[in-house]
Amino acid sequence: MSTAPLLQIRGLGVYYATAHGAVDAVNDLDLDLGAGECLGLVGESGSGKTAVLLAIMGLLSSQARLRGNIRYRGTELLGLGAPALNALRGARIAMVFQDPMSALNPYLRVIDQLSEVSRVHGGSSRRAAEQRALEMLESVQIGEPERRARQYPHQLSGGMRQRVMIAMALMAEPEIVLADEPTTALDVTVQAQILSLLQQVRARTGAALLLVTHDLGVVAQLADRVGVMRAGRLLELADCERLFASPRHAYTQTLLAALPKLELPA
Amino acid sequence: MSTYDASMLLEVRNLRVSFPVRHAGRSVRVRALDDVGFALASAETLGIVGESGSGKSTLARTLLRLNEPEHGQVRFRGLDLLSLNGTELQRARARLQMIFQDGIAALDPRQRIGATLEEPLQVLKPELSEDARRERVLTVLARVGLEPQHLQRYPHQLSGGQAQRIGIARALIVEPELIVCDEPLSSLDVSIKAQITALLLELKRELRLSLIFIAHDLPAVQLLSDRVLVLYLGRVMEIAARDALFQRPRHPYTRALLQAVPVPDPRIARQRRAPPLAGEIPSSLSPPSGCVFRTRCPHAIERCALELPVLRQLGDSQVACHRAEEL
Repeated sequence: MSTAPLLQIRGLGVYYATAHGAVDAVNDLDLDLGAGECLGLVGESGSGKTAVLLAIMGLLSSQARLRGNIRYRGTELLGLGAPALNALRGARIAMVFQDPMSALNPYLRVIDQLSEVSRVHGGSSRRAAEQRALEMLESVQIGEPERRARQYPHQLSGGMRQRVMIAMALMAEPEIVLADEPTTALDVTVQAQILSLLQQVRARTGAALLLVTHDLGVVAQLADRVGVMRAGRLLELADCERLFASPRHAYTQTLLAALPKLELPA
Repeated sequence: MSTYDASMLLEVRNLRVSFPVRHAGRSVRVRALDDVGFALASAETLGIVGESGSGKSTLARTLLRLNEPEHGQVRFRGLDLLSLNGTELQRARARLQMIFQDGIAALDPRQRIGATLEEPLQVLKPELSEDARRERVLTVLARVGLEPQHLQRYPHQLSGGQAQRIGIARALIVEPELIVCDEPLSSLDVSIKAQITALLLELKRELRLSLIFIAHDLPAVQLLSDRVLVLYLGRVMEIAARDALFQRPRHPYTRALLQAVPVPDPRIARQRRAPPLAGEIPSSLSPPSGCVFRTRCPHAIERCALELPVLRQLGDSQVACHRAEEL
């Protein structure tokens, strides 16, 4: 099929064996991500939304049991060996984590973490990789990129660290960017900056974005389609405008009703 | 010193708080709050907003004497809170309570909820009999929507929402005149956040509570507050009645904060209004000269770097901006 989605998830289950029996984090999930699309996945704590991203990246703990299929351009990702997975991760599929302070290596300068991506995935020379890293820092609108590049993560503010994470995800020009609550740890003003940056990145690179968040305000701004998850299940999947205008599932209606809206002059 | 308005529950003037830090090998003081002043009437809720690092939590903690200010006055029903010590301070604390951000961390992990709720009564209302104490615990517990069975639990057996309800119950139990809420919603999920907001709103109306409500969440602040104070880098940018602030923000920082709130409606969210506020809050170690907001302000002029804007009345608002009239 020529119209196959970039990423196809079928019957995905993520289970943990515990002393009290099996606990499912994700249950029988079907999801497609098209090329260049932004799909928002929303849900509260424990809904399984992050587990979906970790399953795609092969980053679940070894205790997790998996079922179903995750296909990227027809290649089955579940059960794929480390060498093949490593060739895809960070290169074709990249991830932006919620807490950049713990996701970045505290011992490496910004430029070293970024250029590592190009050296590993592109086989670039050190010089070319560092050049690319500086370009990426500039493209995510980090002021004084040359100076920032030589700093360590703890020397950057939260917003700047998240820009570095996004730059790192984009280093190898991935087709898919997975973002796990990319603005949750940030102030509203910085959140607005990062959302606007993600919008520009999509327009510029054409990468597909799978955006996991608990914040319906965030998906309203970015997503083409939205999936609503609760207790490991996908309850509703719809075009973004349709979901907000006429939510069909009772839980989606509850979530939307629970959102206090700012009353502002028109 | 000028006279205090006896009709006010709380009056804060010229509050300055600083902390010693080591910077570049030297011991310096970093100023967390500077010249902060406001008044709170009885049964009123004052919302306090601002980014991380603006001094919101320092302000909350200073009002309860968990930090000592360097300078300033805090009058609580005419009582000079900053001069109190020992028993007097403890007695005053029965009238002022606090609700913390992380509901579970704010509870003693080794104490059952029942004991946690009784303790403030034992300490602050020793005249109550054991029966009266139990009775009061059960009443307050029901008031925050929990069941007697929860009294037997330990904090780790509670959900985040339940823990926050216990935090509210613990504050209410001594029947305080003022409750300072420091980001009580920020660690909660959307639907739980809505429940706790609704609970606070109910309590405020029914018990005529006076609240200081500190939050990142501007829609919740709009829902709960009668007046709102906007802080930036330790200074007051604007104070106004709720509707005046949200309908007609006078300070460029207030405006930027309001515009940054994501709108949960794709049709509105996509016609992106003004570009987001650039940059981030500067370090309090080296605040900008003049107006502290000028380095990020789209309207800054030369005067803003030279002269500190004082908080002044403009229409229904108090605003600290040289250009507030023209904007």
